[in-house]
Amino acid sequence: MDALHILAKLGIFAAMLVTLTAAVMVVTLRNIFHCALALILVLLGVAAAYISLKAEFFAVIQILLYVGAIMTLVIFAIMLTSRIGDKTILQNNRQGLISFALLGLFNVFFTGAVLKTSWNLNPAAMAANVDAGVLGAAFMNEYVFPFEIISVVLIVALVGAIILGRADQ
Amino acid sequence: MEASDTIFVAFKKAILGFLQGFLPDWTVVIVSILISITAIAIFGPVTMMYLTWLERKVVGRIQNRYGPNRVGIFGLLQPIADGVKMLTKEDIVPQAADKVTHFLAPVIVVIPALLVFSVLPFGKGMAAVNLNVGLLFFLAISTMSTIAIFMGSWGSRNKFSLLGGMRAVAQMVSYEIPMVMSVVPVILVTGSLSTVSIVEAQLGGKWFVFTPWGFFAAIVFFLCGVAEVNRTPFDLPEGESEIIAGFHTEYSGMKFALFYMAEFMSAFAISGLTATLFFGGWDGPFLPSWVWFLIKAYAMIFIMIWFRGTLPRLRVDQLMGFAWKLLLPFALLNIFVAALWQLLPAPKNLIVAGAAEAVVLVVIFVAARKDSPQKRTYIFAD
Amino acid sequence: MNAIPLSYYVVFSGLLFSIGLYGVLVRRNVIGILMSIELIVNAANINLVAFSRYVAVKPETGQIFAAFVIVLAAAAAAVGLAIVLCVYRNRRTIYSDEINLLKF
Repeated sequence: MDALHILAKLGIFAAMLVTLTAAVMVVTLRNIFHCALALILVLLGVAAAYISLKAEFFAVIQILLYVGAIMTLVIFAIMLTSRIGDKTILQNNRQGLISFALLGLFNVFFTGAVLKTSWNLNPAAMAANVDAGVLGAAFMNEYVFPFEIISVVLIVALVGAIILGRADQ
Repeated sequence: MEASDTIFVAFKKAILGFLQGFLPDWTVVIVSILISITAIAIFGPVTMMYLTWLERKVVGRIQNRYGPNRVGIFGLLQPIADGVKMLTKEDIVPQAADKVTHFLAPVIVVIPALLVFSVLPFGKGMAAVNLNVGLLFFLAISTMSTIAIFMGSWGSRNKFSLLGGMRAVAQMVSYEIPMVMSVVPVILVTGSLSTVSIVEAQLGGKWFVFTPWGFFAAIVFFLCGVAEVNRTPFDLPEGESEIIAGFHTEYSGMKFALFYMAEFMSAFAISGLTATLFFGGWDGPFLPSWVWFLIKAYAMIFIMIWFRGTLPRLRVDQLMGFAWKLLLPFALLNIFVAALWQLLPAPKNLIVAGAAEAVVLVVIFVAARKDSPQKRTYIFAD
Repeated sequence: MNAIPLSYYVVFSGLLFSIGLYGVLVRRNVIGILMSIELIVNAANINLVAFSRYVAVKPETGQIFAAFVIVLAAAAAAVGLAIVLCVYRNRRTIYSDEINLLKF
């Protein structure tokens, strides 16, 4: 079955490459709607990375929340506010070159440092099976306080967004 | 009886056994995946074609006329004639349209519709993939069709398409929430998200629709499903008398056929999922398991077509009010009733849950009464 | 069997993070800036889940943290987009260098 493992690895590398390409498209395209579509591709690629990390429940939650809900919100906002078809509007300001240079430098050092570190891996964690039941039990037993707080945060955000989005009266 | 039950599984095993003789192991795995994919890719569009035939016949009979009956006996070759017509129509793209978006929208709308067939258990051991998060996969992938509708409406560069698309997405997003909430009692009682385990928890006639919470959860889920696939009475985004044709105004020929195909395949997928979650899936006495699944799914589709022939369309504010003010509180309170049912021992739970459900119904209807439209008073006519 | 070593995931998330940071620094359109912030948040999430799978004492910790991060990013995006709509209604523009007057 070695060929299947190699095929799976190649598939995951291809997914990561597609994700990075789509991320570059998000920050460079002129048409903001195309950027939103590229962001959807990034989110799907990130979900594929979660599946390769054996966090399938989390991958499906990512698709449900990010692609299904947050991107709908972003695309609604784009549709309500965009000056479509105006190709002469610059989309990027003049900080492009120096940002690219500094971030490229950061990445070179970061990648080098990460590839040289020897992480102390934990085989028990690598073999564990985390599914919805385990996550639910953890939410209800150990992390119940942040869980309740975050529902309050969501209510506050909901009320705030409704008040901000209401037409002026 | 066992033989006819697992006839498709045995057929696939025979093919794989034959190939295992002279191919390496990893190729056999890939061939197994390809066989499942081919089966779904054949089943999906063929089902869609004969669903269009069924709809035209049933709606015709409701309207006291024959449906199509010229092309072949009982009009059975009508879908093939429709397919040929759509394939040979000219493909018109508006000049100001966004070419990439306009082209990709019909392609992307078919992907979720076809992908969700992979977690439906068509028979005993006949789910294409037994994911342990299968139900959540279905719900997550079916939310991706909103993106395709956005692309279709934005790429057409047409005010009416944009308006229809925004209404369609608002409707689909509003109805996703009661849909997911109404499925939570099923997950609570079964303890698993896998569709295969949910069917196995209902074997022997103990279908979830016969429980107090399950009956109403099935109704809420089915209504939300009908709204998700934009069928009457919730088809404001694409009603022909409303807004030309909504988000697929500017599409003709094969692209329109793809939108149409995606709508019918989603309708079948929702019916199949209702049958799986609440009506016992492939469980049934005498006939093979896949025949029972198809009977139940087609019964649900028949109810959808019945709705289309009978009910008038809801207005957009009535549609939103229905989801947010009626279905969502009902689905939430249903979760509590299901938790009560699960907690108490055997004979007492039916009575307590039935009483709780009656209280919930009364509360919801009384609270919704003040939103329902008032009876019109005519000033100049009696 | 985890075929891909941990360092590959960390490098991937570092690259995604820096692409998102480039977007925040360079984009003029406010919605573009918000989308780049979503890229940054997703990079952090991949990091959390990867570490929780390979190194953590309890393997569900990272996923729970990442779930909270997704929820907070959603709340931030919702409120941010509501603010963008308000600004659009008042100033008729959403380009960040054209919104440069505190009071008109």
